[in-house]
Amino acid sequence: MGEIYAKFVSQKISKTRWRPVPPGSLQTAETFATGSWDNEENYVSLWSIGDFGNLDSDGGFEGDHQLLCDIRHHGDVMDLQFFDQERIVAASSTGCVTIFLHHPNNQTLSVNQQWTTAHYHTGPGSPSYSSAPCTGIVCDNPEIVTVGEDGRINLFRADHKEAVRTINNADSSTLHAVTFLRTPEILTVNSIGQLKIWDFRQQGNEPSQILSLTGDRVPLHCVDRHPSQQHVVATGGQDGMLSIWDVRQGTMPVSLLKAHEAETNLHRNKLLRSYLLVWEVHFHPSNPDHLFTCSEDGSLWHWDASTDVPEKSSLFHQGGRTSTFLSHSISNQANVQQSLISSWLSTDTTKDRIEITSLLPSRTLSVNSLDVLGPCLVCGTDAEAIYVTRQLFV
Amino acid sequence: MEELDGDPAVTLIPGVNSKKKQMCFDWGPGEMLVCETSFNKKEKSKLVPNCPFIFIIRKDEDVYSQILRKLFNESHGIFVGLQRIEEELTGKSRKAQLVRVSKNYRSVIRACMEEMHQVAIAAKDPASGRQFSSQVSILSAMELIWNLCEILFIEVAPAGPLLLHLLDWVRLHVCEVDSLSADVLGSENPSKHESFWNLVTILVLQGRLDEARQMLSKEADTSPTSAGMCRTLGDLMRTMPILSPGNTQTLTELELKWQHWHEECERHLQDGTFTSSPHLETLCKIMLGDEAALLEQKELLNNWYHFLVTRLLYSHPTVKPMDLHLYAQSSLDLFLGGESSPEPLDNILMAAFEFDIHQVIKECSIALSNWWFVAHLTDLLDHCKLLQSHNLYFGSNMREFLLLEYASGLFAHHSLWQLGVDYFDYCPELGRVSLELHIERIPLNTEQKALKVLRICEQRQMTEQVRSICKILAMKAVRNNRLGSALSWSIRAKDAAFATLVSDRFLMDYCDRGCFSDLDLIDNLGPAMMLSDRLTFLGKYREFHRLYGEKRFVDAASLLLSLMTSQIAPRSFWMTLLTDALPLLEQKQVIFSAEQTYELMRCLEDLTAGRPVRGEPDAQRLQDDDIETTKVEMLRLALARNLARAIIREGSLEGS
Repeated sequence: MGEIYAKFVSQKISKTRWRPVPPGSLQTAETFATGSWDNEENYVSLWSIGDFGNLDSDGGFEGDHQLLCDIRHHGDVMDLQFFDQERIVAASSTGCVTIFLHHPNNQTLSVNQQWTTAHYHTGPGSPSYSSAPCTGIVCDNPEIVTVGEDGRINLFRADHKEAVRTINNADSSTLHAVTFLRTPEILTVNSIGQLKIWDFRQQGNEPSQILSLTGDRVPLHCVDRHPSQQHVVATGGQDGMLSIWDVRQGTMPVSLLKAHEAETNLHRNKLLRSYLLVWEVHFHPSNPDHLFTCSEDGSLWHWDASTDVPEKSSLFHQGGRTSTFLSHSISNQANVQQSLISSWLSTDTTKDRIEITSLLPSRTLSVNSLDVLGPCLVCGTDAEAIYVTRQLFV
Repeated sequence: MEELDGDPAVTLIPGVNSKKKQMCFDWGPGEMLVCETSFNKKEKSKLVPNCPFIFIIRKDEDVYSQILRKLFNESHGIFVGLQRIEEELTGKSRKAQLVRVSKNYRSVIRACMEEMHQVAIAAKDPASGRQFSSQVSILSAMELIWNLCEILFIEVAPAGPLLLHLLDWVRLHVCEVDSLSADVLGSENPSKHESFWNLVTILVLQGRLDEARQMLSKEADTSPTSAGMCRTLGDLMRTMPILSPGNTQTLTELELKWQHWHEECERHLQDGTFTSSPHLETLCKIMLGDEAALLEQKELLNNWYHFLVTRLLYSHPTVKPMDLHLYAQSSLDLFLGGESSPEPLDNILMAAFEFDIHQVIKECSIALSNWWFVAHLTDLLDHCKLLQSHNLYFGSNMREFLLLEYASGLFAHHSLWQLGVDYFDYCPELGRVSLELHIERIPLNTEQKALKVLRICEQRQMTEQVRSICKILAMKAVRNNRLGSALSWSIRAKDAAFATLVSDRFLMDYCDRGCFSDLDLIDNLGPAMMLSDRLTFLGKYREFHRLYGEKRFVDAASLLLSLMTSQIAPRSFWMTLLTDALPLLEQKQVIFSAEQTYELMRCLEDLTAGRPVRGEPDAQRLQDDDIETTKVEMLRLALARNLARAIIREGSLEGS
């Protein structure tokens, strides 16, 4: 991998997202958005990575990303998604969902549309309600789906003031993330280790399918769908487990891969093992044999399942620590035809074929979010730093 | 108690007249609450306070600076790295590591300083510009002190290299010369530039003799009259013996050579080589370490420590560390000349030259407005094993005391608290308790934040705090009518009492509505079900309903009965369970065996017999009792009929 650039920005970063490049264009990623959390004042900001392939002329640091514009955001930014080239949707800890519009002419952001009480709690026996954090959003122009701690699912349309569809009490526990499976189907993950598929064509508040890790009830925090094989889904759990699911078959994950686990050296001689919550998982959009995860322990991992890896163990000890990873397969899946399945679903040879590389040099505080687009990766941390690399596959 | 080292600073609170009004206050971890009381000595009747505000007074306002936040975050990484430096590392490699760490800290300070400088220049109103500028000078002083401490305490440079380090130190901090140099060299005729001689003098004062010689050659080119003198002085500059890092010559050799060179300079001065050019003569005097000549350059020297280093360079180049303080003291006295008294920065540097680390830290603590500097410097010096013997009369040792102060300040900040955790971790004595006290006070507005706090506690096996956080979240969920979430949190906290409470709420809801909510959770309880009897009952009761729904009546019936006989079901719920048995008793085929029917009857009789005798019945209760009596009678009838059928069936089965 090429050089990775860090910039301290004086706010804890909860989300980082690349602005999509127009379809069919040869442009590479240039602009990304970030959201902050846990500040007295939180912001949604747009950054440009500029031209740092060339030498910098105006004395700025080469490779630094520059702030284009920012706007106050009420509450923590819980999730952030680009709706299109100009619009960004932000989820707030106040239960509010906002669409921000970017004006490239004068480099400003403005509020374009807002649903202030998208997520809320109703008290026992009283009509009064208090706000509930909105934890996840997913956009597919013109639709926006939001989920929250209130276990509610909302379907919004950018041009509608009211929700098009709301599923109250969709989940008895907290919904952590949402993604589209195939329109109009969505997929949610919750805090008791379940993955649920919802079909907006069906009425009622029952999911069309529930998948779960047997018995463990380990909370799932993030979900991403394989960009080309829509039945392949990856989730990240509270115990550092990355699970790959085939939603067509069975109710259990096809493979479990453990990487976000480390030993922490506290007080010089007390060794403690910690669980390391995976905050985000992303398949590479155009190179889906590559997958990226980031976690609470401050690690950022690159999972490579492409078959043409010449050497594996050499890269494995990067960063001065041995990373254990195990993969176990669920036996009844083993006889699925090899030729049809994606590299993520094959079982017997997984262990030999997935190579994991740590992308950040030293680990301290949580890496909360990451995004990949083309050869570029951006991630944001609780140590108030944004890291950018433009050469992922060098 | 030790005596006070200075008068405490007075903070005036705007809008409060403390002369007329009584004030009250309360301590917080990093801040203080202050308000006016309504107490009035003279007129007891008037109880209206003039000032309706409660003021928050922050001790450490630097924590709130946007730019300094970068310093805190970046240095946090360096700090954690330093703590992980292997203990086994000894000797040279360890020292090299520590010097590298020190340099990293300094480069972070410098980066901050540069950014602050940019902001100060760009500031629109003069007031904030001044504020930023004063921050710049504070940061610059920090770096100056740190650098000197690095040379004296961490690098521990011996005689010889010591002076080279000190020269670098001065060059780094008196850096106006570079812009001056660019200015002069950029002009059409450098040697006629008004600052030409100033520049040459500064270069000589800083020991940058190569550059000074180049300047002199420019002068020689343009004025043929002084060309010879310039060349002579240039030769003296070139031949000055210096210790170069790669050189193997001994100090004695150097001293000998230096003595020769010094004598040669002296001779030129005596012979009046430079009498016709006062500039060159002054330079020669400086190179001879002539104190009077040096003091004439006060303006260019800027400060006494520059004077000290220049003086050492040209009169005692092989000064020993232990003798430094003698020269430092006399340089300070000479430089100030009794005109002004030393400032805090002078005292701190002087303490460093005296190798009095504790004095350095103490003076810095008093002079600087935040704990960042002393905490990190002390920690680094502690890693150099320089503070071993020093214990305070309160708390733990000094390193720990300062780290605790710094970390507490971070915890008082709404966002930087996460950094504080690692600092507490590396305070072996009081770190853990401090963390326990602070972590409980973090407001948990989202589950995501709660999870981060939980992880911190779980990783450190702080079971009490883990329980308390889960309980807070469970309570919140109950208040928000999110029973599923509440149950999840109480299971995570292994809080049986709360799980019972939530289970009761589920059962109540079931009684009210006749159906279960949150099935996705209750159906997947797994082993967590064993946490409390009531939770087990909830799970099993739901299982009964599932079996019944699947028409597995025999399994459902025995499960129902076992719930009562094993005493898992609360007695208050028995009537509901017996009522649930009714449709099973009324099925076409016999489901409860005779044995089981007897058991059911015993349960029913237990329940009715145990009824307390009630006082005066009112209308409502009479009606309730009526329904109850009808229910019991219906049950008795159904049980009797089932018993009859069961006996016949069992009898005929045996007979056949």
